Amino acid sequence: MCGIVGLFLKKDDLRPKLGDMLTDMLITMTDRGPDSAGIAIYGDAAEGSTKITVQSKAPETEFDGLEAALSETLGAPVTATVVDTHAVLIVPEDKASDAIAALEDRGLRIMGSGASMEIYKEVGLPRDVAARFNLRSMGGSHGIGHTRMATESAVTTMGAHPFSTAEDQCLVHNGSLSNHNQMRRKLAKKGVFTRSENDTEVGAAYISSRIADGASLGEALEGTIDDLDGFFTFVTGTRNGFGVVRDPIACKPAVMAETDDYVAFASEYRAFADLPGIEAARVWEPEPATVYFWER
Amino acid sequence: MTTTLDKTVLDMTATDLRTVNTTLQAAAKAQANGAYVITNPRGSHAMACGLDGPLSVTIKGSTGYYCAGMNKEATVTVEGSAGPGVAENMMSGTVTIEGDASQYAGATGHGGLLNIKGNASSRCGISMKGIDIVVHGNIGHMSAFMAQKGNLVVLGNAGDALGDSLYEARLFVRGEVKSLGADCIEKEMRPEHIETLKALLEKAGADAKPEEFKRYGSARKLYNFNIDHADAY
Repeated sequence: MCGIVGLFLKKDDLRPKLGDMLTDMLITMTDRGPDSAGIAIYGDAAEGSTKITVQSKAPETEFDGLEAALSETLGAPVTATVVDTHAVLIVPEDKASDAIAALEDRGLRIMGSGASMEIYKEVGLPRDVAARFNLRSMGGSHGIGHTRMATESAVTTMGAHPFSTAEDQCLVHNGSLSNHNQMRRKLAKKGVFTRSENDTEVGAAYISSRIADGASLGEALEGTIDDLDGFFTFVTGTRNGFGVVRDPIACKPAVMAETDDYVAFASEYRAFADLPGIEAARVWEPEPATVYFWER
Repeated sequence: MTTTLDKTVLDMTATDLRTVNTTLQAAAKAQANGAYVITNPRGSHAMACGLDGPLSVTIKGSTGYYCAGMNKEATVTVEGSAGPGVAENMMSGTVTIEGDASQYAGATGHGGLLNIKGNASSRCGISMKGIDIVVHGNIGHMSAFMAQKGNLVVLGNAGDALGDSLYEARLFVRGEVKSLGADCIEKEMRPEHIETLKALLEKAGADAKPEEFKRYGSARKLYNFNIDHADAY
């Protein structure tokens, strides 16, 4: 059991409240996943720049002087914002892959990167994780979140969701995949590598690899139904989109709500209780083996 | 708690779930035919479950897992949608869902009427044992799996594998059936079935004619031991 939530805003006026709304949804899902929590949020994009979110086990020492050191390595300006165990580094777009390599060399763990996506995840109760990162204060156009009850790999930061396997792409998952080792090998042959032993990361890498091959978000999600074996309700985010797909058995719960202002996803209706206008929203259960996605 | 026009209102922003349920259970036991209205349910789990006596409960909003489970004699109405396992193992009484019901609605139900005005998702009526379920919309896949007794009436369409491994429950579907499960077949609609269906549709306030439905039931080849297959075991 895990809890997943997602929110895709259709109008800009709710943008400053995105973090606040997602945090309430996330905390409501604590019963479903008290081990770890995480959120991917799509905020403002800086033109020509890439945001890289990194995590450190020893943020006081490892983040100390990081901005200047990375700037020197890249020969380009870098902005670093430290948030608890995470730091968001803004680097010139053309220096992003060099920056990621340099950050990994320094022993930092890459949570994700992209023009607008930031990822924050840690072990602990969703309430505490949200407070550490001050998730409530974050604005943006869309975001997804996860509360984990671990089954397939250890309770660690790297085993927490969301997983990001390509720029501005991320995935949260309720369920368990049974062919993830086989799929991990297949993807590795194509040069697509994962960072953890986690099954969900393989699902994320599969979707990213399909998108890299030219598939649309909808087509990539469609592919999960045929190519991934196991139980899944997936919610995925891209720079301008938000998608949902459930396996054909569909035993992992899912509910969606849509108004003129937003599209929301949650494992349970409880997570919607505080959303504005929920009383009048269209609320429905996504069909099994059916892809839903919204793009702006 | 406020009482107006013989209805007691329990507001869940001020009253916790356990208090709501113990209040309702005590009122049902008292056999006083009381009426309760629950406001702000906020998708809570196990609301109005285990009611054992005549009582009317109206829930103003959507509920989470296992609403009205094990219901006996009480009348529970959800003015919203219901999460997984609504009216699970219901014994008697009436449970009405004005919106949609999530998976395994009415699972293992022994009796009473579960009336779903919207759609029900997968596994509706799984292992039902005598309950009557009327769904005004569609039902999802694997509905009435291993259903033993009772009636499942669907005004819309049914998903894949309807009635898989079916025992003696009767299934009536007005729309399309995506596929039938193992040992489930279409059967003749005889006058007694029309009568049963007519009564159920009336009881559920469904605007449909019994003649528009097809009946599905067990081919009885799966659950009887076949002596000719003895060598296979």
